[in-house]
Amino acid sequence: MNWHLIADVVAGVLLLAGALLSLLAAVGLLRFPDLLARMHAGAKPQVLGLLLILVAVGLRLRSLHDIGLLLVIGLAQLLIVPVAAHMVGRSAYRTGEVERDDLLTDELSPAVDESGDD
Amino acid sequence: MSAESVAGPRRHRFRWPSVLVLTAVWVLLWGELSVANVVSGLAVASVVFAVFPLPPVAFGGRIRPIGLARLLGRFAADLAVASVEVAVLALRTGRRPTSAVIQVDLRSDSDLYLVLTAELLTLLPGSIVIETRRSTSTLFVHLLDVRNEADIERTRRQALEQEARVMHALASSAELDAYRRASEGANG
Repeated sequence: MNWHLIADVVAGVLLLAGALLSLLAAVGLLRFPDLLARMHAGAKPQVLGLLLILVAVGLRLRSLHDIGLLLVIGLAQLLIVPVAAHMVGRSAYRTGEVERDDLLTDELSPAVDESGDD
Repeated sequence: MSAESVAGPRRHRFRWPSVLVLTAVWVLLWGELSVANVVSGLAVASVVFAVFPLPPVAFGGRIRPIGLARLLGRFAADLAVASVEVAVLALRTGRRPTSAVIQVDLRSDSDLYLVLTAELLTLLPGSIVIETRRSTSTLFVHLLDVRNEADIERTRRQALEQEARVMHALASSAELDAYRRASEGANG
């Protein structure tokens, strides 16, 4: 049993899966109708795609300090992407970039209108 | 050592754990554990926290291994499901996905758990947090591809379950008791 070969094969599979998810995230960015829908594409498949690629790189490099660096990148993504999506979504909603009439339910509108800012 | 002098009791905003974490990141970025890297990391971290002081975040909880394992395991599964869902939606032709924005009143009143729940919700299937109200621990969540009221109520329930998982992973017994009372009050 050759562990290096197995690690390489797994890394290859993860790399392809990560690349595919990133591609589909890009397709979503192009095809979704409005900004908030696009943020979903920018957040979920993009983050998982990158995480899979980081794991693949880690399996291929197999050195401790490279893996440490990959961990930092992965954790930073998990923390920063939701915050970025939040900030973009928040300002889009408040500046009227979101078609509120297209929403099935909108429970934020009254809250924003009454309080202005928080 | 400059790092020690700024850490004196008079600088109450200065917090060692944050500095140590930032130093660890610095050392990882350089890729080598050496005296020079640690010292320069401490210096940079001290300057960063002196120039950009953060508001204090109270963590009065304790880490519960089983709850934490459940939180992380469930999160990994949810992230995979969410990614595939959005990817499939991106490829689907025909009907445009309908969205909704809903309000979720969380039961805990801690900033930390509010932030963690919001962060995780954005990576979960169907939801993105677009507005938070700290005073009432309220999240406003954008939902992608909802068809009817039942979908909306299901997502609202999922958001509260996410908060419950965060609480069971990190909260102290007292926080958990207060949280349970708040949940019972909200349900009953």
